[in-house]
Amino acid sequence: MDAIMLQEKLVERLLCPRVRTARQKCNVEKQYVGFATLPNQVHRKSVKKGFDFTLMVAGESGMGKSTLVNSLFLTDLYKDRKLLNAEERINQTVEIIKHTVDIEEKGVKLKLTIVDTPGFGDAVNNNECWKPITDYIDQQFEQYFRDESGLNRKNIQDNRVHCCLYFIPPFGHGLRPVDVEFMKALHEKVNIIPLIAKADCLTPNEIKKLKDRIREEIDKFGIKVYQFPECDSDEDEEFKQLDRELKECTPFAVIGSNTVVEARGQRVRGRLYPWGIVEVENQSHCDFVKLRNMLIRSHMHDLKDVTCDVHYENYRAQCIQEMTSKLAQDNRMESPIPILPLSTPDADTEKLIKMKDEELKRMQEMLNKMQQQMHDKDQ
Amino acid sequence: CFQGLTKSQNRANMSDIVPPEVRPKPAVPAKPPNGGSTLLGYIGIDTIIEQMRKKTMKTGFDFNIMVVGPSGLGKSTLVNTLFKSQVSRKSAGWSRDEKIPKTVEIKSVSHVIEEGGVKMKLTVVDTPGFGDQINNDNCWEPISKYINEQFEKFLKEEVNITRKKRIPDTRVHCCLYFIPPTGHSLRQLDVEFMKRLSHSVNIIPVIAKSDTMTVEERQEFKQRVRKELEMNGIEFYPQKEFDDDIEDKSDNDKIRRMHLQEMMPFAVVGSDKEYQVNGKRVLGRKTPWGIIEVENPNHCEFAQLRDFLIRSHLQDLKEVTHNIHYETYRAKRLNDNGGLHPITSNDTQKIYDFHP
Repeated sequence: MDAIMLQEKLVERLLCPRVRTARQKCNVEKQYVGFATLPNQVHRKSVKKGFDFTLMVAGESGMGKSTLVNSLFLTDLYKDRKLLNAEERINQTVEIIKHTVDIEEKGVKLKLTIVDTPGFGDAVNNNECWKPITDYIDQQFEQYFRDESGLNRKNIQDNRVHCCLYFIPPFGHGLRPVDVEFMKALHEKVNIIPLIAKADCLTPNEIKKLKDRIREEIDKFGIKVYQFPECDSDEDEEFKQLDRELKECTPFAVIGSNTVVEARGQRVRGRLYPWGIVEVENQSHCDFVKLRNMLIRSHMHDLKDVTCDVHYENYRAQCIQEMTSKLAQDNRMESPIPILPLSTPDADTEKLIKMKDEELKRMQEMLNKMQQQMHDKDQ
Repeated sequence: CFQGLTKSQNRANMSDIVPPEVRPKPAVPAKPPNGGSTLLGYIGIDTIIEQMRKKTMKTGFDFNIMVVGPSGLGKSTLVNTLFKSQVSRKSAGWSRDEKIPKTVEIKSVSHVIEEGGVKMKLTVVDTPGFGDQINNDNCWEPISKYINEQFEKFLKEEVNITRKKRIPDTRVHCCLYFIPPTGHSLRQLDVEFMKRLSHSVNIIPVIAKSDTMTVEERQEFKQRVRKELEMNGIEFYPQKEFDDDIEDKSDNDKIRRMHLQEMMPFAVVGSDKEYQVNGKRVLGRKTPWGIIEVENPNHCEFAQLRDFLIRSHLQDLKEVTHNIHYETYRAKRLNDNGGLHPITSNDTQKIYDFHP
């Protein structure tokens, strides 16, 4: 219980600004400019605008992805889903399916998009089965890039994937080749959060061993999963402790459930076995609560920031670099033109700078043309 | 109706060698039971069972079981639990330098276990690497090759001019195929494997790590799996088609088989750790929400699998392998070869020139 209350306090801290109390007002009113209320204003504006969040779930079928999503957001997104049998799945390729749901809680609106990837890892030959997924993520980046460079930027739709939950089966001894390849293909495009699925088939010892093993292999293969940001040094000890516990707990071992059972006199989400009842929200049973708190209550904004500041910027830089190098090839330059101008200007460098300027102008024209084309297509 | 003449004498001699439960009836002349009126005296034909039993105990017998499935499904643990001994080396995960093998390997380990004076040479054939790669195309081929190689070995021995008295039997009598408990249905890989191998070996599908599923989920999953197996024409052991071949199989057996087929595939949980439950020590798994007892029929179907595999159908598995799968292989080889000439032990190369 304490842990939950502490986490609530943490959320408050993030949302509410540190406003001067009335006590201090009389003394410093003359020097009080008032911009300390800025976070409050931002808060009010964003609450009005609402938030959006795009979450991707990836993993083999039967890992409990849909159940977990339903448990996380307390919805039933997969009501009319029809499960395919082995024969029907033979010719299936990896698809990308989006479900959108609007959730409102205490006046805050969230437009949640879940990107599902049925068919991943189900075939006999799973070579490059992550390609449709990487293509999709790149497409969203590209679309945002175009929108950003466009003329009308007021209503840009942000479909970029903010977070990818990757479900690792609990049956193995660690990461399998397909897990490693998938994460390596995606770790520079999206925030990956690995999860151990269906953790109720493991004893606590086994979970610990598996987690250690997975962490080891993630280091070994150089996979960059989503890192929780370091807490500031002025945070208090209990917050730091929570943060440390969170980091040591990854990858989270989760259980999901669509059914409500009676346990210890309460109705909770859980699974009923002949030998006992597993409660989804019991911290000693699984890490579901930690995942939910991290994903929704504390780090949702950070996930979006990292997507915008790191993954998207990487994509954008890469894109522009490709464009300029293509232009350089087209103009048949003898020497490769550096992107940054040289520090000491002399005659040669000035010539280079002038050529660079012309190039930039040409690029600008190209962008304008692209924008125009898009505009025409939309009409 | 036996005269207890030499009964006590017999008992004294026998108890040294044979444990009480298997002590034979004393071999003395006795009035035949109601019916056999054609026998004018007692011949002693029924003692042949006794002689066979003694002989089997002396020579022991072998049983070869193969386990197939992706790594981490508890194959080795299950085999150890089934035979209550460490017959299978548990891979506690791949060590730092060991990688998942790039192709499916075949590793076979033999142990001799003894119970009640009966010796069994148990060979467990493991198949690490099956289904673990990204591209699992044809990962069943090394397994199929191995099975055929064992048939080939046996065939060679049989066809020899100077034959060994007892041909060493390395043929795979039973293949436990482990299905991951996804809760949805069979995977493509499962269907492909079972389709191709159900005609050369007895396949017993098993749902591994079934403590993942609740009782309802388990029933639904089993139904779906059975339906899919039927749809794909996969005959797992005990096969329906072999019932009609053997004329003296009673209707009781048929009913029993049908009953069994409804329970299969068995949903099992394996464990080699013991815990105290209600004053008894049981094999199980301890979780924060309860202890899963491996041998409790309400928890999982391990006890049924064990009874089925070892206590009732062990001999039948061997017979079906010998009479049906091996004969199919042999017939095919003979047909392809246009007649096999018995060869001396020196002249073994000829057989290998013809690829089945």
